[in-house]
Amino acid sequence: MAKRYDDTMGHLLEMTVNAAGRAVPRQVNGVPQQPYRGLRSDRPAGRKAAPPVRSCSEFPADGDKVLPSLTEALDRAGLRDGMTISSHHHFRNGDLLMNQVFAAAAALGVKGLRWFPSAAFPCHRPVIRQMEAGVVRYVEGSLNGPLGDYASRGKMRGTAVLRSHGGRWLAIQDGEVHVDIAIIAAPSADRFGNATGDRGPSACGSLGFALADSLYADRVIVATDNLVPFPCVPWQIQGQNVDSVVHLDAIGDPAQIVSGTTQMTRSPDRLLIARLAADFVAAAGILRDGFSFQAGAGGTSLAFTIYLTEMMRRRGVKARFIRGGSTRYLVDALEEGLTDYILDGQTFDLAGVRSLRENSNHIATSPFTSYNWHGKGNFASLVDVAVLGATEVDLNFNANVVTHSDGRLLHGIGGWQDALFGGCTILAVPSFRNRIPIIVDRVTTLTGPGELIDVVVTERGIAINPRRQDLLDATRGSGLPIRPLAAIKAELDDLLGGPPARPPHSNRLIGVVKWVDGTLLDSIWEIDGS
Amino acid sequence: MTDTFNNGPADTPSDCRVAYTPGGPAEVVIHSRVQALYGASIVATVQETLRQLSIVDGKLEMWDGGALPFVIQARVEAAVKAAYPGISAMALPPVRPGMSARVEAARRRRTRLYLPGDQPKLMLNAGLHRPDGIILDLEDSVAPAEKAAARLIVRNALRVLDFRGAERMVRINKGDLGVADIAAVVPHPVHTLLLPKVENAAEVASVDALVRKTAAAAGREAPVYLIPIVESAAGVINAAGIAAASPRVVALAIGLEDYSADIGARRTLSGRESLYAQSAVINAAKAAGKQALASVFSDVRDDAGLQATAEDARALGFDGMGCIHPRQIAVIHTAFAPTEAEIAYARLLVRAYEEAVAAGRGVVALGSKMIDPPVVQRALRTLRWIGERDELDREGEADGEAL
Repeated sequence: MAKRYDDTMGHLLEMTVNAAGRAVPRQVNGVPQQPYRGLRSDRPAGRKAAPPVRSCSEFPADGDKVLPSLTEALDRAGLRDGMTISSHHHFRNGDLLMNQVFAAAAALGVKGLRWFPSAAFPCHRPVIRQMEAGVVRYVEGSLNGPLGDYASRGKMRGTAVLRSHGGRWLAIQDGEVHVDIAIIAAPSADRFGNATGDRGPSACGSLGFALADSLYADRVIVATDNLVPFPCVPWQIQGQNVDSVVHLDAIGDPAQIVSGTTQMTRSPDRLLIARLAADFVAAAGILRDGFSFQAGAGGTSLAFTIYLTEMMRRRGVKARFIRGGSTRYLVDALEEGLTDYILDGQTFDLAGVRSLRENSNHIATSPFTSYNWHGKGNFASLVDVAVLGATEVDLNFNANVVTHSDGRLLHGIGGWQDALFGGCTILAVPSFRNRIPIIVDRVTTLTGPGELIDVVVTERGIAINPRRQDLLDATRGSGLPIRPLAAIKAELDDLLGGPPARPPHSNRLIGVVKWVDGTLLDSIWEIDGS
Repeated sequence: MTDTFNNGPADTPSDCRVAYTPGGPAEVVIHSRVQALYGASIVATVQETLRQLSIVDGKLEMWDGGALPFVIQARVEAAVKAAYPGISAMALPPVRPGMSARVEAARRRRTRLYLPGDQPKLMLNAGLHRPDGIILDLEDSVAPAEKAAARLIVRNALRVLDFRGAERMVRINKGDLGVADIAAVVPHPVHTLLLPKVENAAEVASVDALVRKTAAAAGREAPVYLIPIVESAAGVINAAGIAAASPRVVALAIGLEDYSADIGARRTLSGRESLYAQSAVINAAKAAGKQALASVFSDVRDDAGLQATAEDARALGFDGMGCIHPRQIAVIHTAFAPTEAEIAYARLLVRAYEEAVAAGRGVVALGSKMIDPPVVQRALRTLRWIGERDELDREGEADGEAL
């Protein structure tokens, strides 16, 4: 008898196997889905979604759109049961806005909302209470920390849909996700709704994640703790797209939004991995005048950036651009002349915010310019080398970034999937963490196809994807510890006392992973102990 | 009320806490952070360990933070032996194949990385950072209550961990604890014992005798080397005797923290309060044909201070120094690397030596200058260290069979 699969609403699911060999449902939250069909096979047709037609005659002629409270703004925006509310994570774990928004929605007696954040953080733990009270039905977006646990235990009344930053923009553009009301947290705004993130007491840098919502949502509310006289410039969010402005006492905790100092990791193993990754980039011939790279602000990525810029300094090599996650290390590189530009997707520290505000070569970007599948090209594929992380990698270089090895939701996808399209994708990962192997036979949740992952750098050696004969040739004789991934795995299994057990997953779907083209790449299942 | 015997930290990565309550029916209860992946494997490891120790009763409970099998085995053995001190059986993991039991007495010891013997997490990848030696410490970094478990963790680590060619060292305790340490580690793949707070030659001689007896009883053929650490005023006075006390002694080290306290000095960055002691130890070591090893630099974040200290140590005549963090290794290796001028001079000397040998001359000369054999040996070692000479300089290597 065939297995029966269902979701947390009790709907029976029809499953199919996609081109990556993963079982995925035909429908998610009642919406028909396409299975992943392979890299670049998707050829969308039709026209993009569009917001309703408005008239300036509906808005005050003096341009003053300020309303006295969130409750009033939500009410005037027509908030009703079952609507989709979107928000953005440029305040990261310092967001104080969305908990206020859902409290206001609760006060209005609204039920069954779908929350569509670009990412959720542990600071959004109170949303669990709103889900239990029925105000929020479910979250469609990256889930980690307490929300990830809640979803993994099957308690959320809807299926989590994990999309990359580019994939989120795509879902809005092609109409799969229709945003009824977008809430944009703005460190500075004027009464007309122009907004910027690079100044004000809650300055966070780029507001790029909110751009799509500002263009496509039915209604757009800007919430700020720093109302300035018109015009608020630079207007990354333009008031022409904004319905109302709310002035609040607090929208974010500056200490959690950006850190004054981004610390270099002290873990010797991570430093070793970062050093090997930087040495690899040099040995492969990628480090040359006019090159470009992308690395995040996590411990290993940050250390990689530090080692690589040291090498650039020593060898007199200059980059054309660096894609951030900007930090003071990128800012130093820009100010020293080691790169012509920083193309900034997200600003991680105060030095980054200052540079974005003051340096015309530090450019705020958005998932549209960088990652969008429906764009006529995007920047990610122009980057020479990207250094990323992963929770698991298998012997075919397939990788997982969203779940722990026991199946629990851990991270959102962020820009990870989108960044795989660069010239050389390096996963810089420890081979194991605390008796949890990272190099495995089969990844728990497929998030990135191995065809796009070129190199895995671990503390036990560097594995090059056999598809990249050019990289194998370029680094032969380099003295770097280049080994087959299977050899690293064999050493690991020996150290850890054998490969891990793979308990079968449950039959209850709690989430899906979308590929950047909107097709379904894999399914995420409820874990035991619920 | 029955006593429970515990060891190990709760909720610590790569380690576990074990509680054994003897008596009553046999029961094993596991709480593990890696339950889904290794739950069955952990139960099997615990049961096999109990079987090896012939334990058929009592409740064993474990809170596991992801300990590897060799750690689980050691912690279970330690808990059971705390309850039943008379048990002589051991739960030994198999020795990893391919580990060299023997290293050269005069090998490079630029860096020796200290790791607390009861913190297995730090041991797992230590070899990847390429220190010349790794010290599993049973002495100052292990609290008295943890000594017994640490001894078993160190023993098992020596058997299973690949340190990527680093010299496998153990710093034992002084006195009775040290006697137990020697019994626990000498039969296993250890190369070198560090002896703390050595004050006179007789102490080294008594360790030497005990090592000889233990090695013989275990059928061990590979040598066990000793590195006495001088950490007191008396030790400095007796340094020459200590260095010459046993053919097992391959180097003499100095420990400046305890030494400075012993003489009532206040430590300075320049280290002038210990210049006499450092020079005395170097001189004693070199007079006995042994290496001299400097103390550690304790500010892990101060790379510039470390570099200056390492360069000073090398200038004084030390052959290496201690590390307390892997990030110190590269800095020290750079400081102890031969300079271009030294390499060029070594090449000249070695060429002159080889010409002399080829011509059957007994005397090596460079221009009009006569070159003494130790200078040639040092030049050969320099070239070997930078990879220009494969032939090992056998002179000065202790006779393995005799040790």
